[in-house]
Amino acid sequence: MLNVDSLQKGVVIDHIKAGSSMDIYHYLRLDELDCSVAIIKNAKSAKMGRKDIIKIEELTDINLDVLGFIDNNITVNIIESGRIVEKKKLTLPEQVRGVIRCKNPRCITAVETDVEHIFRLADRERHLYRCIYCEQEFDR
Amino acid sequence: MRHLIDPSDLSVQEVDELLNLADRIAKDPKRYSEVCKGKKLATLFYEPSTRTRLSFEAAMLNLGGSVLGFASADSSSAAKGESVADTIRVISCYADICAMRHPKEGAPMVASRFSKIPVINAGDGGHQHPTQTLTDLMTIRSIKGRLGGLTIGLCGDLKFGRTVHSLIKSLSRYEGIRFVLISPGELRVPDYIVGEVLRAKGIPYEEVEDLETVIGKLDILYMTRVQRERFFNEEDYIRLKDSYILTAHKMQGAKPDMAVLHPLPRVNEIAVEVDDDPRAAYFTQAQNGVYVRMALIMKLLEVGEC
Repeated sequence: MLNVDSLQKGVVIDHIKAGSSMDIYHYLRLDELDCSVAIIKNAKSAKMGRKDIIKIEELTDINLDVLGFIDNNITVNIIESGRIVEKKKLTLPEQVRGVIRCKNPRCITAVETDVEHIFRLADRERHLYRCIYCEQEFDR
Repeated sequence: MRHLIDPSDLSVQEVDELLNLADRIAKDPKRYSEVCKGKKLATLFYEPSTRTRLSFEAAMLNLGGSVLGFASADSSSAAKGESVADTIRVISCYADICAMRHPKEGAPMVASRFSKIPVINAGDGGHQHPTQTLTDLMTIRSIKGRLGGLTIGLCGDLKFGRTVHSLIKSLSRYEGIRFVLISPGELRVPDYIVGEVLRAKGIPYEEVEDLETVIGKLDILYMTRVQRERFFNEEDYIRLKDSYILTAHKMQGAKPDMAVLHPLPRVNEIAVEVDDDPRAAYFTQAQNGVYVRMALIMKLLEVGEC
């Protein structure tokens, strides 16, 4: 297995569905961070077979709503002095604001670009979100 | 401050109270002729409309208030590129309440987020039209004496027909409602309404393409127009526009007390010969629209009955 130095202080986003790490990287705007960010793709996992992992070498605030929206099975570990000091639990957020965009050409957000894109949880079992303006389902 | 953006913004109890007030207004309009004196309604119509805009204006004038506004996007600052948010911020300084129609879905909701005055959705694209729904509910209740225990047939463009979406959402809150959804395959009710309203609430419904085979079991037949302005492709519109035409002959198969509703304007989906049938209720609907909008304006402005 590829070795990436273990973190002394930072955040590890673990149990990411294989292939989803770049989506998370973009949704969380990790490209805007100045610290080291390691993306590990297709790591072996006893539980998942293959998984992705993101390691952030800084105690930065992670938007847990966004992560919960993408996959609430992801785990977020806070690392200090090389040890896990907190495991954050993810849930499906009731609203997702300013992260994903409505693709309905009939929606007001299609013509007024300053309007914040907001989605509400419409069906918890199906992980289904709808635009609050036009009710279009978010299509991943 | 309250807005009316979606039919579910009003509880069943509030709808009942509103319809009761509309009934009282219909019985004695003079009593309400000055309750909104000094108040102004802004009608912000980014999309052409005759009856909805005039119905709102008539409602406010009947209440003793005054009206201002624009009747198309071309004659507003939207033509200069002003956003809905900025427009409503400014209109909030000029009027006490506003009714907004917009071709884009969700525009009135955007307005409500920036407004200092109550915003009424007067139709947003193919999405919702809650005041038409209040009109429909008032008409159904006045004819049938109830809003529950009815079989409602919805016919025509059920995909882009915003009045249909609003009506299904509203009627689904009453006991014993059954829906018969009659449309061509391409114009069926959107999945989110079927899945999250009808199936989620366990409301009986069937989707069919032929009106004549189901007309005999309907208590209400709600006809709609196939709207040219909702199609990106003219060919699709031409192919689908004459899918359903209600004629006197088809009415022979209906119950003697079935009521025919239509949000209007109609093009040819109801033959003129049906107008003389006592079951035709669509012009009564138009009259009720004024009363129910009067009641709504009073409620949102928190104006009491004198």
